Amino acid sequence: MSVIVTDTGFAPEDFTCGFVALSDIAANDCDYGIDLASDTAPTALVGLTNAAMIRIDFPSFADGRGFTLAAMLRSAGYKGRLRAKGHVLADQYAMARRSGFDEVEIDGALAARQPAEQWKFRADWQNHNYQARLRG
Amino acid sequence: MSRTFIPKVVTANALLEGDAVWLTEADTWTRDIRDAELLTDEAHADLRLLEAQSRKAEIAGAYLVDAKQNSDGPAPTHFREEFRTRGPSNYPHGKQVELS
Amino acid sequence: MYTYTDFDEAFVRERVAQFRGQVERRIDGSLTEDEFKPLRLMNGLYLQLHAYMLRVAVPYGTLNPTQMRKLADIADRWDKGYGHFTTRQNIQYNWPKLQDVPDMLEALADVGMHAIQTSGNTIRNVTADHFAGAAADEIEDPRAIAELLRQWSTDHPEFQFLPRKFKIAVTGAAHDRAVTKAHDIGLRMVRNDAGEAGFEVIVGGGLGRTPMVGKVLRNFLPKADLLPYCEAIVSVYNLLGRRDNKYKARIKITVHENGLEKIQELVEDRFATIRAGFSGHDQDLLAKIEAAFAPPAFVTKSIGGYEATRLANPAFRSWTDTNLAEHKANGYAIVSISIKKHGATPGDATSDQMRVMADLAETYGHGELRISHEQNVILPHVHKSDLAKVYAALRQVDLATANIGLASDIIACPGMDYCALATARSIPIAQEIATRFDELEIEHEIGQLKIKISGCINACGHHHVGHIGILGLDRAGVESYQITLGGDGTETTTIGERAGRGFSADEIVPAIERLVTGYLGLRRDADETFLQAYRRLGKQPFKSILYPAQDKANAA
Repeated sequence: MSVIVTDTGFAPEDFTCGFVALSDIAANDCDYGIDLASDTAPTALVGLTNAAMIRIDFPSFADGRGFTLAAMLRSAGYKGRLRAKGHVLADQYAMARRSGFDEVEIDGALAARQPAEQWKFRADWQNHNYQARLRG
Repeated sequence: MSRTFIPKVVTANALLEGDAVWLTEADTWTRDIRDAELLTDEAHADLRLLEAQSRKAEIAGAYLVDAKQNSDGPAPTHFREEFRTRGPSNYPHGKQVELS
Repeated sequence: MYTYTDFDEAFVRERVAQFRGQVERRIDGSLTEDEFKPLRLMNGLYLQLHAYMLRVAVPYGTLNPTQMRKLADIADRWDKGYGHFTTRQNIQYNWPKLQDVPDMLEALADVGMHAIQTSGNTIRNVTADHFAGAAADEIEDPRAIAELLRQWSTDHPEFQFLPRKFKIAVTGAAHDRAVTKAHDIGLRMVRNDAGEAGFEVIVGGGLGRTPMVGKVLRNFLPKADLLPYCEAIVSVYNLLGRRDNKYKARIKITVHENGLEKIQELVEDRFATIRAGFSGHDQDLLAKIEAAFAPPAFVTKSIGGYEATRLANPAFRSWTDTNLAEHKANGYAIVSISIKKHGATPGDATSDQMRVMADLAETYGHGELRISHEQNVILPHVHKSDLAKVYAALRQVDLATANIGLASDIIACPGMDYCALATARSIPIAQEIATRFDELEIEHEIGQLKIKISGCINACGHHHVGHIGILGLDRAGVESYQITLGGDGTETTTIGERAGRGFSADEIVPAIERLVTGYLGLRRDADETFLQAYRRLGKQPFKSILYPAQDKANAA
């Protein structure tokens, strides 16, 4: 069972429309979430600005491409919900939030090993942020 | 065609101290390779490695490495592993002084 | 020099608290070793052959006396009374215990230092010319820019899990002492036609398995565009760099495989978007940082008995001949303290030596110390009238070796005496070569010669850019050493050529001796350095000296 992590801790899934892969967006009879793989080409992000939800996969915590994809979506003007899904560590929560993600989706096993307190420890992600300070 | 299995020991670094340790028959970690369990059977060696790797709170980075039987116990066959039993060559630090 | 603002201070304290938590969670099992490893690496903690190793950043190589004393205290309290200065302006402690590391980091934070991003697949400690702010050939002190880059790269959310490590070096001088062409990004300060200072941006240089000389990505980048431009480069690399093969993951390969033009196009495109996100506040901060790096109040006074002492004391004269460099201020000299005493471990300083250097910097050096990529310590601002006193104090603690730039001023990585990645030892080879040249008493006659030794293909010892490079390998379970010739790490960066078959540990020192004494017979005159002679004559005569028997066999 997936767990959704936000600044307030753990919560169950509340996005009910389901997800489709980027290549399968067609009959948009519902506001599907769009699943992006970590190796999505930057050019494929064009046109996603109005999506309701985008979920970027983290196949491994060592694969940091999702952070840049998130930053690119935000700088292109994407205002919708943005989720990091997969092998994300509590220690990466601040990076995810600062890169533009709203939330992280992890599986039950990871949630059991890294409980909510360890994630909430970095709910202060807006503090001590060099990049925000330099951008002004 | 079956190839000859080169005997092995299970080695790792101690989690807290970081130094080289070897797995003994009694399931403890020793800092003296001569007290290690010499594994002469491949299947048994693989099993011992799995058991060692599961002991995450004691060690990091367990692996199997070639060893030979000397009169006083197992000994390394490669120079890298020999250094691990001893310490650096530029100072009298590490096992070369700690074990004596 | 720059001192931490409240922001910097709060940041490092918070970071120490996070790492303390991570260590606890590793010990209690919340984090697996696989998960803990990148976290400890981001905080400079390695697990080596015999122990953990903590790599502490000396950003742009600059230290004040208080910081140097703290490094000495840390060595005494949590290590074995010494530290190892590295080729990337870091200091490494070889024997910390895991539970002690958060306390060591806390002690560093007390003096405005840290070990953040000294390892891992992230932007590493930003290095700079070790003569910055003192060199006579400088456009501007590059350290302000290096500090700005340090702040920008620190904890950058997008760039903590890059395909591979990422190294940036900056120089403000025409003569490149920062090896900028062998970095992922090299920044050379230049002036445009309007006389404004900016940067030539070099990308894709690097040593290691596939050595490459960096290529110019932008001829002139205005200073105000530096952060967004660097962010664009790393952002492009983060998505484009290969993650399927760690030997092909550095940006040098990304540039090589995609072509410079393609990278240029992508970077410029990304830059346009990212630039818009910078409001100019970084430039306000830069102005403050630049003010902090304002030159010290140099004094104008007589150089006293300096020349007379030189004439009277041949040992002092020899030291001043080799260990001083030209300073921009009248009456001043840049002092390079050799951490390469013949037979000692290159780059290792004891806590007592660190304290003496700190005292000298405080008393005679306007409170500044530098760590060079050549593993020496620099007192950048010493008045010539104080040199004799500085020399006398250095002699007391074995730090007065007169060999800067000579055969025994060898760069050597820790090699298999410490490093888990090494394939052979480096330190004993460096020790033996230095001892041998000292016995022969010919290194002053040989003149400028850079010998660089790496204990594995990763090339931390910069062997590719040594006039003589030595690479230690494991050949069928035996240490073997391969020689490269003609490398150069300055503004005329050249990757050395492999001389031929490798030498055993017993053969390598005699081979180097043969090579260097052979050069004495080949050079045009005493002013022609080894590198110049090599460039004039090519590899063949040097190869014949290295492999005499083989040469005869070929001739027969």
